[in-house]
Amino acid sequence: MSTIERIQAGLEGVTFKVVPSREGMTTIEVSITDAKETIRRLRDACGFETNTFVTAVDRHPREPRYELAWQFLSYRHNDRVRVHAAVRGDAPAAPTIIDLFPGAAYSERECFDMFGIVFEGHAGLKRLLMPEDYDHFPLRKDFPHQGIEPDRLYREWDRRRRERSPIAEESES
Amino acid sequence: MGSLKHADAHSSSDAGFLATRVDELVNWGRKNSLWPMPLGLSCCGIELMAMIGPKFDISRFGAEAARFSPRQCDLMIVAGTLTWKMAEAARTIYDQMPDPKWVIAMGVCSSSGGMYDSYSVVQGVDMILPVDLYVPGCPPRPDAVIDAILKLQKKIERESPIKNLMAGTVVGEYDEGTQRFVRAPNQAVPTTSSHEVLAPGEYEKR
Ligand code: SF4
Repeated sequence: MSTIERIQAGLEGVTFKVVPSREGMTTIEVSITDAKETIRRLRDACGFETNTFVTAVDRHPREPRYELAWQFLSYRHNDRVRVHAAVRGDAPAAPTIIDLFPGAAYSERECFDMFGIVFEGHAGLKRLLMPEDYDHFPLRKDFPHQGIEPDRLYREWDRRRRERSPIAEESES
Repeated sequence: MGSLKHADAHSSSDAGFLATRVDELVNWGRKNSLWPMPLGLSCCGIELMAMIGPKFDISRFGAEAARFSPRQCDLMIVAGTLTWKMAEAARTIYDQMPDPKWVIAMGVCSSSGGMYDSYSVVQGVDMILPVDLYVPGCPPRPDAVIDAILKLQKKIERESPIKNLMAGTVVGEYDEGTQRFVRAPNQAVPTTSSHEVLAPGEYEKR
């Protein structure tokens, strides 16, 4: 049984589309409302027991703007599948899958950090790489690569530091 | 030696013969026992380790006593990519080092941001710290950093700590009389966006 046949059998009743992918990986596209159910079936019925990553692609200025991508690996069958779902650009949100794959927690945090996609139901959804007070989502296509005031948080910290200790001010050269 | 020549040049100013001689002694001590703070932030840190190791052996120049407590260091070697998130830590470490202290920016990343023309990387550590020497290279060979340490020793030779102490000059300021910086000038260029360069002090006025 090929990968796609196994998936078709497992996803009985869910509307999905098989889309071509450039590197030849099995890729299916579902609507964001069906995504959680699809992933649950992939895990329980198709034997994909590992989540490799959760990430997104920004198709700015196209709408729906984000394309969420989950990739799963099956050790038993030695194959992979990628699931795509389109997410709208205004208030982007997606269901979390950490109840199915606890290991996806960090991927989802990174995806939130970089794209600002809110994973509903994620218990600790906060920034992973950027400082917590950071205002922007750096991997969005409308974010300039040199950043918007990249030193703002440092300067604020620096100002607080000087206010706290007048000695620091004096020892400034 | 070079230091004697400099001492003679200085003694033409007001400071006494004794101060210049004591300066020379102090500088001799300082320059030959630089204790580096190895701030290895990324790949340049590997070359820094090679430099401290037996093959390149900076103990030949008296700078092998790398300490991981800033309180015991007087030479900060920023080896690697400094991100804005790390900048607070780097500045804190610098503040914790006792005076006198010097900074070497090792590699293009810490000198200018290097290839990381990016929102997350400090475009040169001189945005947040006064830097004495910049070492180009990605990464610089350990020899290049050793060369920087030798150049720094030359620089230390030209300082006049005791003379300044006796004259009441505040360390780290521009000396009007001799028309030169008593210590390394703070070349920090605070910016509001990564490429907008402001004169020192401008940022605070905003
Ligand atoms: S200058 Fe090159 S070797 Fe050094 S930290 Fe930057 S990228 Fe790495």
